[in-house]
Amino acid sequence: MSNYIKLIVLGLVALFGAMAANYARDLAYQVHAILITLIAGGLFIWTLRNTDEPDILTDRSGEYMDGVVRYGVIATAFWGVVGFLAGTFIAFQLAFPALNFEWAQGFANFGRLRPLHTSAVIFAFGGNALIATSFYVVQRTSAARLWGGNLAWFVFWGYQLFIVLAATGYLLGGTQSKEYAEPEWYVDLWLTIVWVAYLAVFLGTIVKRKEPHIYVANWFYLAFIVTVAMLHLVNNMTIPVSIWGSKSVIVWSGVQDAMIQWWYGHNAVGFFLTAGFLGMMYYFIPKQAERPVFSYKLSIIHFWALIFLYIWAGPHHLHYTALPDWASTLGMVFSVVLWMPSWGGMINGLMTLSGAWDKLRTDPIIRMMVISVGFYGMSTFEGPMMSIRAVNSLSHYTDWTIGHVHSGALGWNGMITFGALYFLVPVLWKRERLYSLQMVSWHFWLATIGIVLYAASMWVTGIMEGLMWREVDANGFLVNSFADTVAAKFPMYVVRALGGVLYVTGAVIMCYNLWMTVRKAPAKEASLSVAVPAE
Amino acid sequence: MEEYTILRQFADSWMLLVLFAFFIGVVLWVFRPGAGKAHDDSANIPFRHQDKPATCEEARK
Repeated sequence: MSNYIKLIVLGLVALFGAMAANYARDLAYQVHAILITLIAGGLFIWTLRNTDEPDILTDRSGEYMDGVVRYGVIATAFWGVVGFLAGTFIAFQLAFPALNFEWAQGFANFGRLRPLHTSAVIFAFGGNALIATSFYVVQRTSAARLWGGNLAWFVFWGYQLFIVLAATGYLLGGTQSKEYAEPEWYVDLWLTIVWVAYLAVFLGTIVKRKEPHIYVANWFYLAFIVTVAMLHLVNNMTIPVSIWGSKSVIVWSGVQDAMIQWWYGHNAVGFFLTAGFLGMMYYFIPKQAERPVFSYKLSIIHFWALIFLYIWAGPHHLHYTALPDWASTLGMVFSVVLWMPSWGGMINGLMTLSGAWDKLRTDPIIRMMVISVGFYGMSTFEGPMMSIRAVNSLSHYTDWTIGHVHSGALGWNGMITFGALYFLVPVLWKRERLYSLQMVSWHFWLATIGIVLYAASMWVTGIMEGLMWREVDANGFLVNSFADTVAAKFPMYVVRALGGVLYVTGAVIMCYNLWMTVRKAPAKEASLSVAVPAE
Repeated sequence: MEEYTILRQFADSWMLLVLFAFFIGVVLWVFRPGAGKAHDDSANIPFRHQDKPATCEEARK
């Protein structure tokens, strides 16, 4: 019966998509309409072929749902490489503007590729890592199979569709020009549906848990899911100009719009890139170190302090603007206070290794996780410092900001994700071990040196251009033109791009290593995979 | 009074107090006497049920 309803819905969607492609007012919308028609049509045929087939019901309640996690791991690695390649390419575009090819103008110039890069690494790479690891962690720590049956598959594929719509939209000009919230109204609506399903799967699993306590990693994941839903809804309150076009108009105006955008933007960092990834830290570091987290008390205080403080930090993006002074002071103060829980969490992660520091020498995966927490500490020190108004007057609008973001994203988010992938692949594909630990070491050093080149060159160029912009002569005239600063930055731009090359090379080595782990590493013997009683 | 002023006054008085009291409450709750054992138990959750879900009989209360 449910198949008939599915067929009706899919048929209607395909029909609507075809009409939309016909009436489309702009190219991005038209391409998306054709895409939706094809996907809905394909699913229609697929559902039709499976209708009225005898159901083969197997009881899977006695095992975890790992298929969707495996797909998530593959998607994470794939989108990671795509996002890093895009980033490296646009880094070279900045150094060598000739790479903005004439024949690709309007599609592949820096302005179109830059949001593709940020969304690919944050939402495609980071988002898939978060969805996959949260599904893995919530099952293990709740001792329950994922709730909702195939709903988890809907979340996975629905999220991939969101990524494809967002990415193709940017290239074709479908954007609402809000940083990290570029997708247009219909893509936003689709993400809302997927996200509600994600929340349902996650909460449903927690509700039917067999452990009395909800492990701290799940608290972080849940805060991430709930807060991102709230941010997404408020920052995307738009009214479409027409249902046949991608253009929409935001209901907020002026400085309120700016404040909501940066309330969204900074909490995307705070809850997507921090809270969610802290969930990963609180599960995978104890697992890889084979010892419980340093202090469970600290982890609870860490959680509440972090979520209570982060939500107020957004106004520091709007120093010296039309935003009232009290609001930007509030954002600045909370950003500085935020330093405390951030470092509390960092200490908790690092001290988990106390008594097992020798693993740093022998286990490159632990090394990766530890350096990721180290970068977390560094960028959560740098961030509060940059949020202070006086520092911000120098750093804002310069490359220093870019360097800060990347020491956090490449160092913290990237490295903890790589560590989690190296942990997950042998477990999920039931392998004895990774294909090559030496390759993990190579990846570690390539990525680390890449980040150091990136961050160091951006510090130099950022502070340099900040100082050049404010330099005045004895009569109070500006000394440098904008083009002077651009010319002076050239060597640092090349160094930054090379850092990117090293980072992406490391990621490609990881993909090869993980691929060969599945193909070649010895399978885990059945006897070994039997659960060992805990006590 | 206009809406903005009312909300503003509420936010930086009672709501601030509620949030602050909640946070202090959490910290006191975490350090309550005798909680050490429960925290140790919770910290070890990742090391149980690695391979398959708990059955109803195994469920911990």
